Amino acid sequence: MTDSHGHDGHDGHDVQAAVRKYLFVFGALLVGTLLTVGMYYVHIPSVVITIIVALFIASIKASLVACYFMHLIDERKMIYSLLLATAFFFASMMVLLIWAMFDPPSLTLLPAYQGK
Amino acid sequence: MEIPYNVKSRPDTGLYNAKLGIWLFLASEVMLFGGLFTSYVVLRVNASAENWPHGLLNIPIGTFNTFVLIASSVTVVLGWAALKMNNFARYRKFQAITILCALGFLSIKSIEYSDKFTHYEIWFKDGHRQTGHIHQDGKKAWFWNTKTLAGAPAVKDAKGNVVKPASPPIAEFEFSPDATHYSDAAKHTKGEPAAAEHKESAHASGEHAAVKVKTADIKRLSAFVPAHSTYFAIYFTLTALHGLHVLIGAVVIAYIWGPGAKLWKTNPEQYVNRIEVSGLFWHFVDLVWIFLFPILYLL
Repeated sequence: MTDSHGHDGHDGHDVQAAVRKYLFVFGALLVGTLLTVGMYYVHIPSVVITIIVALFIASIKASLVACYFMHLIDERKMIYSLLLATAFFFASMMVLLIWAMFDPPSLTLLPAYQGK
Repeated sequence: MEIPYNVKSRPDTGLYNAKLGIWLFLASEVMLFGGLFTSYVVLRVNASAENWPHGLLNIPIGTFNTFVLIASSVTVVLGWAALKMNNFARYRKFQAITILCALGFLSIKSIEYSDKFTHYEIWFKDGHRQTGHIHQDGKKAWFWNTKTLAGAPAVKDAKGNVVKPASPPIAEFEFSPDATHYSDAAKHTKGEPAAAEHKESAHASGEHAAVKVKTADIKRLSAFVPAHSTYFAIYFTLTALHGLHVLIGAVVIAYIWGPGAKLWKTNPEQYVNRIEVSGLFWHFVDLVWIFLFPILYLL
């Protein structure tokens, strides 16, 4: 593999294009933050919708940071596979722990062993 | 000894080693924060609404701090881009802003913390609850709890010298209650979070005149410290861990910016890589805050 990878060999012009992208992302992050806070003051009646919208905006902001500031949009395969594994274990941890919450001993024990 | 592949990409990974290293580290950080975020979900789902004191944090301050952190992330990439164009002076300027933003973020966070440490909730024996501030000798009381009211004997060391003088029991104290209690909002379904949110910032308008409270009428007294509730336990755990990351990131960036800048003259490529690697860490810290802010302040 030769070292012709995108941002390892930027010339001045590429960097200037990148700077414009960074400033655009900066603007998008500010707008996202204002939207999230604005939503709080508007009082959406449903708590579930509030949570979904807030996390949706947060995820978009996080993806912007990861893709552009952390250059994940144009990265080596090695890092993608590393992050795929991380995502898998992260999701497993979350799902297992939340699953455990809905699976207390009272649901799985025989009636004779419950309580007391 | 020369460390291999700290500038050139390693043929099998296609990366210089430090970059793979930082991504492995960030993967472990995802698991660390992921575990705590999951704990948050479990605590949140199982808490009864009146015992989940949300709405006590100051949203305008939190929003401002979010802007500060986002701005610092942008200056990191702009500084890195400036170095790529061989403009060292410009990089220095941008990265100085990053460091100032980091310090600003931590200062604002510590003001928020001290607001919590001097803000109280009282559970009265008759069942009602109030939040507000306690004043002693005209000053705000810090970190009081039920035990503070009971007083404590003097603490002496082995030789009998007094290490900590005795504190007398407090029979009555001055309390300035807030206009509303956070559980009010929970009672009216989703209620008026706007009213609840005023509490912290509205010392002038939202606080009733000071009253005398008798210790005998109190079941429990707590400042908004981790022991107050599961909400504040997870709030302080998450924000303090995040704050520690901000602090460490700032120290690393400041080192590379200051004493570590000699490397720019001897090995500029490696220096730029250091900026990139420390920047990746910094963006991760920003990314964590992007989730922390809405879940702790808004939801």
